[in-house]
Amino acid sequence: MSLGLAFVAILIVSLAAGWLGYSRARRLRSATRLHSLPVYHGSYALLWAVIPALLILAAWAPIQSRLVNQAIMASPEGRALPSFDMQRQAILSEARQIAHGEREQGFNPQSSMLAPRIRDAEQRYALLGGTVAILVALGAAALAVRRGTPQFRARTGVERWLMVVLFAASLIAILTTLGILLSLMFESLRFFQLYPVHSFLFGLEWSPQTALRADQAGSSGAFGSIPLMWGTFFIGAIIAMIVAVPLGLMSAIYLTQYAPPALRSWLKPILEILAGVPTVVYGYFAALTVAPVVRDFGLSIGIHSASSESALAAGLVMGIMIIPFISSMADDSIAAVPQAMRDGSLAMGATTSETIRKVLLPAALPGVMGGILLAVSRAIGETMIVVMAAGLSANLTANPFASVTTVTVQIVQLLTGDQEFDSAKTLAAFALGLALFLITLLLNLIALQIVRRYREQYE
Amino acid sequence: MNSITNSRWTDEVMRRRVRRRYAAERLFSALGLAAIALSVLFLAFLLTTMAAKGLGGFVHTEAKLSIDFAKTDLFLDPASLHGPDAAQTVAGADLEGAISKAAASEYGPAAAQMFSGAAVERLGAAIVANPDILTRKADLWLPVASNIDIAAKDRGDDRSERLVRELQQHDALKRSFNTQFLTASDSTDASAAGVFGALKGTFLTILVTMALAFPIGVLAAVYLEEFAPRNRWTDAIEVSINNLAAVPSIIFGLLGLAVFLNLMNLPRSAPLVGGMTLALMTMPVIVIAGRNAIKTVPPSIRDAALGVGASKMQVTFHHVLPLALPGILTGTIIGMARALGETAPLLMIGMRAFVAAPPGGIASPATALPVQIFLWSDEVDRGFVEKTSAAIIVLLLFMLVMNGLAIFLRNRFERRW
Repeated sequence: MSLGLAFVAILIVSLAAGWLGYSRARRLRSATRLHSLPVYHGSYALLWAVIPALLILAAWAPIQSRLVNQAIMASPEGRALPSFDMQRQAILSEARQIAHGEREQGFNPQSSMLAPRIRDAEQRYALLGGTVAILVALGAAALAVRRGTPQFRARTGVERWLMVVLFAASLIAILTTLGILLSLMFESLRFFQLYPVHSFLFGLEWSPQTALRADQAGSSGAFGSIPLMWGTFFIGAIIAMIVAVPLGLMSAIYLTQYAPPALRSWLKPILEILAGVPTVVYGYFAALTVAPVVRDFGLSIGIHSASSESALAAGLVMGIMIIPFISSMADDSIAAVPQAMRDGSLAMGATTSETIRKVLLPAALPGVMGGILLAVSRAIGETMIVVMAAGLSANLTANPFASVTTVTVQIVQLLTGDQEFDSAKTLAAFALGLALFLITLLLNLIALQIVRRYREQYE
Repeated sequence: MNSITNSRWTDEVMRRRVRRRYAAERLFSALGLAAIALSVLFLAFLLTTMAAKGLGGFVHTEAKLSIDFAKTDLFLDPASLHGPDAAQTVAGADLEGAISKAAASEYGPAAAQMFSGAAVERLGAAIVANPDILTRKADLWLPVASNIDIAAKDRGDDRSERLVRELQQHDALKRSFNTQFLTASDSTDASAAGVFGALKGTFLTILVTMALAFPIGVLAAVYLEEFAPRNRWTDAIEVSINNLAAVPSIIFGLLGLAVFLNLMNLPRSAPLVGGMTLALMTMPVIVIAGRNAIKTVPPSIRDAALGVGASKMQVTFHHVLPLALPGILTGTIIGMARALGETAPLLMIGMRAFVAAPPGGIASPATALPVQIFLWSDEVDRGFVEKTSAAIIVLLLFMLVMNGLAIFLRNRFERRW
């Protein structure tokens, strides 16, 4: 028996329980008056049968995979496995595929010998867990169906279950946040056991190539994050914002203050399309079309170090990606300025542009600043454009035609490729992830605080 | 104080000042128009570049080749090529050698390499469909290798250009719609590569995302909007949802890698894990859209239902939720469109493997369309440039359809109260 089969069995049991509860209640209704509709009696039995049993099954599945692993490792074939981690994992995953019938033969003969062991162990434990879950379903169903008397408040019971489900759904958000924090912190702590924190935070050199053997010369692995932080900041917060802030702000001003309604109804969806283009498309565009132009321009004005993976190309395209974001944030904050202030200024004889520059913009400034901070946070976390258009070499330079690298590029670089999970390189990616998460979190919190305080001012 | 005494509008100084102010006004408005025109122009430039580069990817060049099967050493017996094993038998034969010899004898030794994997597949399919051609000489149109394809469409290397001119003199080249691009999966050979495998992977991934994020997101929105008491727990939930909506997508990839792959031992590169990761990313978007939609349902609806004896739960699920559904669906589709174009988290959980066959299910290795675009963009072979742009066109079409659907739903069903 597999857990999938147990799942189907539980579904059948609970549907049967639901039907039984429903038909019993209908029979009762022909004689007396019920507190709850028959459909609630049915749902009550169904929910009691299905939810606890499925929870048991869901809790059992990871326990089972651990138990199966232990059983295999304890078996004679398992003890004969090579101790080198990667090799053992490869054989085990092959054996698992053979056991599940996904392939017939493994590259390694050991995997074929392990396969029946895995199958046996899985069947044994699935039988155990599945039987317990099905028995729970049957027991709960029997109890729930027996409670179906005319006075029984089945609807209240159903609604209590629904409430639990609703609450559980909203808990997922907290669990995700906790999951992000805990997993990043856990892996980062392991990284900081291998590499000192202060060298990571303040080190000026980033070259993550670690030596495969101890006697290998040259690459020792340096994980100083300053060049990455600078590159991220340079592309996301300087170059991209130089493009996006004026264009986004002026677009928002034109759309809200000048554009005739017909034009506005055309331009707004176009800006939305610009926001909806996948980042991988921007990245491809930056690498294929923008980067060569930028390099040639750099060479033509006499910068010999102009790289085809320049910070400028990535930053320009990222700025264009951010325009709609800034525009809509600015739109919101300008719209939040009370109409009376605008009318007052116009009535004093100021022109529209004077009203915008001297009244609307100063009043909307906190909101606009908050929006820009949010945009910076988004630009810093953006991955595909920089992966495709920015470079890999960690240079600490302010030359926009040179190649710099960013935090997200290095995370992708460290984690794609085949390597074991415990090396300093992979763990360093999580430390970078933690830094990125904390920086964006901080930016978001500050921005939201500014925006909220500014809104309260005019309410 | 001078200006107060001088405030006659007909005065020359005043008129000059007014002129200057009006000029500034016009300049400002023109700057605004220029800003937005620049954004629009950029979008147009992006789309036309992609279209110009990518439309070629939907078309491929075919060359005529006559193969005298009697003279080839394929050792295939037409009688044995009936039934389900035919394709496998044909795949075992040296079709590539036969093609190469036939091409060399027809167009000279330079042409020996003019066909590649795509031609072999086409020939195999032709033989399976009609085994009788093995007994005679047959004229076939076969797709050429990608360097010849580039030379025929645009500019290639000298050897390929010469060969193309030679073929054109024989009238042995034609263009046709590249069906293989839409039906094949990834391949190391640009002429044989297609997007079907990646499309299927994307479809399965989005299916998992939808199945998880939509119910959880809607239920969480209902809880927060209708039932949540005002306490610390609720505040914590709200803060974490608002914050999750702004967390960089690559962080979700790290979460998926650490929790789903390393802790829970779920299969690597699988749409299941990709879908779960994207679901965590999309859920906050759906919750926020759902809460806004539920907020717009007027309290009078709730009061009326409560007044005739419905319970709070019945009010919510029988009245409020159906009325809010169009708004929720619009938000969901927009969230799904974002998930569809997302690349970075999928890279983290290993959906960048080379997968030459379409995935069989949600647990088998797969790649997704945006990841496929990223992988192809890294290829050195020039033939992949137009494939990448063509795949981008397919991706953009999907985004357009989804966003169009969202706009349609919004205009058709959303009610103003």
